[in-house]
Amino acid sequence: MRRWASPVLQGLVLAAAVVLIVLLPRFTSEFRLGQFTYVGIYFIALLGLNILTGYNGQISLGHAAFMAIGGYTAAILILGQKGFELAGHDPAQVIPEHGMRALFTIPIAGLVTGVIGYLFGLPALRLAAVSLALATLAVAVSFPALAKRFEHLTGGGGGLSLPLPHAPFGWDISTPHWLYYEAWVTAAILFVVAWLLVRGRVGRAWRAIRDGEIAAVSSGVSPAVYKTLAFGISAAYAGVAGALFAIQVSYINPDTFPVTLSILLLASVVIGGLSSLSGVIVGALVLEFLPIYAQAPPVLHLNFAKQAGPVVFGFVLMVIVLLVPGGMASLIRRITRPLTAALARKA
Amino acid sequence: MALLAVEDVTRRFGGIVALTDVSLALEKGEIVGLIGPNGAGKTTLFNLITRLYRPNSGCILFDGKDLTRTPAYRIVRLGIARTFQNVVLFQNMTVLENLLVGAHSQLRPFSERRGRKQAVEMLEYLKLGDLGERLPGGLPFGTLKRVELARALVAKPTLLLLDEPAGGLNHEEVGELAEVIRRLRRDFDLTILLVEHHMQLVMSVCDRVHVLNFGRKIAEGTPAEVQANPDVIEAYLGAETVDAA
Repeated sequence: MRRWASPVLQGLVLAAAVVLIVLLPRFTSEFRLGQFTYVGIYFIALLGLNILTGYNGQISLGHAAFMAIGGYTAAILILGQKGFELAGHDPAQVIPEHGMRALFTIPIAGLVTGVIGYLFGLPALRLAAVSLALATLAVAVSFPALAKRFEHLTGGGGGLSLPLPHAPFGWDISTPHWLYYEAWVTAAILFVVAWLLVRGRVGRAWRAIRDGEIAAVSSGVSPAVYKTLAFGISAAYAGVAGALFAIQVSYINPDTFPVTLSILLLASVVIGGLSSLSGVIVGALVLEFLPIYAQAPPVLHLNFAKQAGPVVFGFVLMVIVLLVPGGMASLIRRITRPLTAALARKA
Repeated sequence: MALLAVEDVTRRFGGIVALTDVSLALEKGEIVGLIGPNGAGKTTLFNLITRLYRPNSGCILFDGKDLTRTPAYRIVRLGIARTFQNVVLFQNMTVLENLLVGAHSQLRPFSERRGRKQAVEMLEYLKLGDLGERLPGGLPFGTLKRVELARALVAKPTLLLLDEPAGGLNHEEVGELAEVIRRLRRDFDLTILLVEHHMQLVMSVCDRVHVLNFGRKIAEGTPAEVQANPDVIEAYLGAETVDAA
């Protein structure tokens, strides 16, 4: 009986979210807009991580490293050999001579990171849950050191400074506005892609492997194909998010995407709700704003230490895991269920 | 030519030999029973046919094609679907979604609507019509077994492997099951291999029966022949009785 009411309500909420995102720049300061740009970027990374962990059941504690790969890919392509030389770096020969427009580097960053993620998925096939989490964590831990080592590609510990981005094609909007739209239009496209993937044959194969690999195999699902596919797509999302992040801050160094970010990403997916695409928006909001408000809570006129963020984050995570294991998405569903039921009854 | 031919298959786990030189053949359209005491190797044979295990020696021919080099996920595409002894459903997916995973090898991109229609028809065929949107958790065991059967059938197999379909069912349900199995063969043009402890069911639906004991085949024949076979009686009653005699 709820069969139609629930999609209708979902459609309305989605439409409201789109209107809110489109209209937000009219009502808010450029500083706040910057924060909401980060929300969009995190949203993309969390969509990808949720595909891998929520839908396919593979835990990754290394997604910050995938974001870093995307960020560096974008930065290298934006600068080109000329840009490296201008900044006083000695560029590697593989880097193209001329820099690219920032916008065009985003899909390339996604593609490059996706391929690397796919390749990483091949050995990961042999690892069960905890081992896989540790293997991905190892990647995240070692990435900053690797980035410092390959100085001709990454600019070493000093990092790479990027030219300040501008709106392309002669659009007359400020840089923060442009970056905001760039992030959210990308997020919208990738949301639709994720939704299409998850609801059909591919998404069911991912979930079937998560719920029972042997029964999935006997139903004709190849774990090797679908697990590596999930890894590749998930990494591509992280790569796009990393590219947007690097463009947003106009700078990248080995510590831009620290190990703690990997852990916070996974925690945010759980807080938002595993295998829920709409929960991801809650996760992204939490990831951006919780550390800020934990340090300086609104209304209360208190100022806590910088470490308050992770502490509150950990506390929220514990509360969610204990009280609402399905994450905020399941909580929202539980609250709206009477409403959808009422709607259905009225019809 | 036999639809399925298992030839001299041996499978060891460490030092334990689960199956020794087992051979059996199924002709198209047959319902064949596979019986034997616990640990005789019945489920191992199922797992070998579906390639979850690889035989140490021997070969398994399906429709003339050797399965020993086929990856497990391709088996269903060739036309072999199965159910599991303990019912293995995808717990976080609805009953309908479970069936759609079962139809994975049948679905192509953009054939979603047709796949859903066929899954719904299969649910109705097995009298599960109104359960499509339910999660498996909380449904009665007998119903779950039918859901699993439905998931196997939407793959449109030519050979269906049923691992203890009567296990955990009450007397009335077992009676129905015999009818369902016969109807399946007729309606879907199936060949069926059936592992079962429930002798009454085996005797009433099977054309032929193979008997395993300690990983070896000790008898085969019609249900009546097998029931009268002294080796089979000994295997089921235990060797002590014979020693005492």
